[in-house]
Amino acid sequence: MKRTISATVNNSTGVLNRITGLFSRRQFNIESITVGMTENPEISRMTFVVNVDSDRGLDQVIKQLNKQVDVLKVRDISDENIVARELALIRVVATPQTRGEIETLARPFRASIIDVGRESMTLQVTGDHQKVEAFIDLIKPYGLKELARTGTTALKRSSKKQSQDLHYSFIQ
Amino acid sequence: MVENQRDEGGTEMGTSVRTQAEKTANEQQTQKLNGSQIVLRALAEENVDIIFGYPGGAILPTYDEIYKMGIHHILARHEQGAIHAAEGYARVSGKPGVCVVTSGPGATNVVTGIADAMIDSLPMIVITGQVATNVIGTDAFQEADVVGVTMPITKHNIQLRDVNDIPRVMKEAFHIATTGRPGPVLIDLPKDVSTAIGEFKYPKQVHMPGYQPTVQPNRLQIKKVAAAVERAKKPVILAGAGVLHADGADELFEYATKQQIPVTNTLLGLGSFPGNHPQFLGMAGMHGLYAANMALHECDLLINVGARFDDRLTGSLNYFAPEAEVVHIDVDPAEIGKNVETAIPVVGDAKEALKSLSALDKAPVPYDEWHQHLRHYSDDYPLWYNDDGKTIKPQALLDMVYEETKGEAIVTTDVGQHQMWAAQYYRFANPHRWVTSGGLGTMGFGFPAAIGAQFAEPNRDVIAVIGDAGFQMTMQEMSILQELNLPVKIVIVNNASLGMVRQWQELFYEERYSHSLFPIQPDFLKLAEAYNIKAYKIEDPSEARATFQKGLKEDGPVLFDFRVTADENCYPMIAPGKGHHEMEGIRP
Repeated sequence: MKRTISATVNNSTGVLNRITGLFSRRQFNIESITVGMTENPEISRMTFVVNVDSDRGLDQVIKQLNKQVDVLKVRDISDENIVARELALIRVVATPQTRGEIETLARPFRASIIDVGRESMTLQVTGDHQKVEAFIDLIKPYGLKELARTGTTALKRSSKKQSQDLHYSFIQ
Repeated sequence: MVENQRDEGGTEMGTSVRTQAEKTANEQQTQKLNGSQIVLRALAEENVDIIFGYPGGAILPTYDEIYKMGIHHILARHEQGAIHAAEGYARVSGKPGVCVVTSGPGATNVVTGIADAMIDSLPMIVITGQVATNVIGTDAFQEADVVGVTMPITKHNIQLRDVNDIPRVMKEAFHIATTGRPGPVLIDLPKDVSTAIGEFKYPKQVHMPGYQPTVQPNRLQIKKVAAAVERAKKPVILAGAGVLHADGADELFEYATKQQIPVTNTLLGLGSFPGNHPQFLGMAGMHGLYAANMALHECDLLINVGARFDDRLTGSLNYFAPEAEVVHIDVDPAEIGKNVETAIPVVGDAKEALKSLSALDKAPVPYDEWHQHLRHYSDDYPLWYNDDGKTIKPQALLDMVYEETKGEAIVTTDVGQHQMWAAQYYRFANPHRWVTSGGLGTMGFGFPAAIGAQFAEPNRDVIAVIGDAGFQMTMQEMSILQELNLPVKIVIVNNASLGMVRQWQELFYEERYSHSLFPIQPDFLKLAEAYNIKAYKIEDPSEARATFQKGLKEDGPVLFDFRVTADENCYPMIAPGKGHHEMEGIRP
């Protein structure tokens, strides 16, 4: 099952290495990981999407992360009310004839054209995983030249409406 | 004019004296020192009285300060010896073991010991030299990414970049190593940082929001445990090394005897409960006692205090404690539910948890039937071996070592048959007398660990029970015994093979002894002679006791080369994939 985990960590050297190393040696599969500074430059937020096969596996991920001295707080936010976004940059074959079509497709996805060349154009799309996926699918037939995607980054919504209890049995 | 001059002179002198006094007063607070001095001052602040190590290029500035300051330092002959000695010291003293080595090969040579300390939760401070910051990353001479290498096998590690960080980092390192679940902390010290000038002001407190171990157990959970004990008909306590790390042997004794619950130990938990007590079932696990394993198999309540349900303890998880409601008390929340599903988790220090349990003042339920049932296992399936009187049986040897030292000695071992026999036959009655490489199973551990143990307890007999193979991995440390006339007694259980490997090849690989036999052995007596250490070779079982008695009385180090029955197997045993109830070799 796919879970989204959000962690705040000390913005210190090697912290990303420390955490990805922890995942790999415990055989947890990271689907995506994003890292960036928070409002406090000494603290970074990491968002992982992991694929775990059981609740116990998930429990271990969270607990092992929590054991790291540089990790300040870890939460499985999959079942919470969250805003989650990915970003993709797509360079697609675009002739003067197809440019208009592509632009029309981009509009409902609120994708923006950020670069136009003689034979291609580059689009930027942000949104949740499905939306980005759907847009790439749609644009693929024109001929993908290059594609770059970020992982998911996420925050809890400000208005709290928690649907169910936390999914793991973390005790501390 | 003259008077004025004199006045000025006087004033000057006065000023100079005052400044000197002020300086002395300020010295306690801040002082300009170089990085190496700061490191050593921090060690002094942490009451470190002994360092195990080996010098080299990148750590030379620190060694120069060790020389100038005259710090108690033990020079090993290989870095592996230094770190295992520090481990032995930590295990017996309960204080963090400190190991200082150089960069590159010096650091990589301690990797085994760091991993060993990590898996057995020993408090350790490892200081590695590192090349200067301006050449880090250039594959400089003796450069290795030690922080990267040791990240998975340390509780925490850090590379110093700024001399002014040293006091804080040192304070935090000791705090991390010794609190919560203990573990090794590595500090990588680049050469230029160790020579840079900085201020020494040792912090009184640490501030680490990401590291807040839970010591006090949750009261509600403790009450749940007590209620489970009241419900239970067949409870058993499994006590691990966590009890020893928390210094909770007395609390365990009080609780277990008050509630009259039978107790078993993990390999590393031996000594946390008296090995000769009627409530004690013996060690559990792969080579544990039948009674202990059957107690785990049949119990309806399993109270695990400070053990991590290692696979060598549990056997196949498919058959582990099938009827038990599991209570798991551990200071490391990640251990709870890792291997075995837990009904009542208690996060906290073992000592505090046992204290809270005893304080609940529940009337003891006698469990008479259960005790009787287990006694039948103990009586009918004791440890056994066939004594032919012609060769020294390793089991008889360990039993003899126990008797002759009255169970009072500190015993260290490597991994393998001799380790299991020591665990079975040396009925540890006291905590911190058993030093063994449990989780990592490190050959070459036992002998240097004995050296560290002897420094921790100079007046106690320290017996290094070592296989002939493991001894050959770190035997160069006999130099330390020679140099300091350290009274460590080396008992080589010499079966001219990798005993446990040979046993497995016999049982599971159709007797294909692939590179596990040593047809030619070094002459250990001559080797000992080269190090000026007294040595005995004993082949005749009738001479074993008298020779051991004689050697024990010697003041300095003694090496005993006991030639034991070569093809003896260690029983009883749980074969791989089997459960506690499927032990083999429970009867002759």
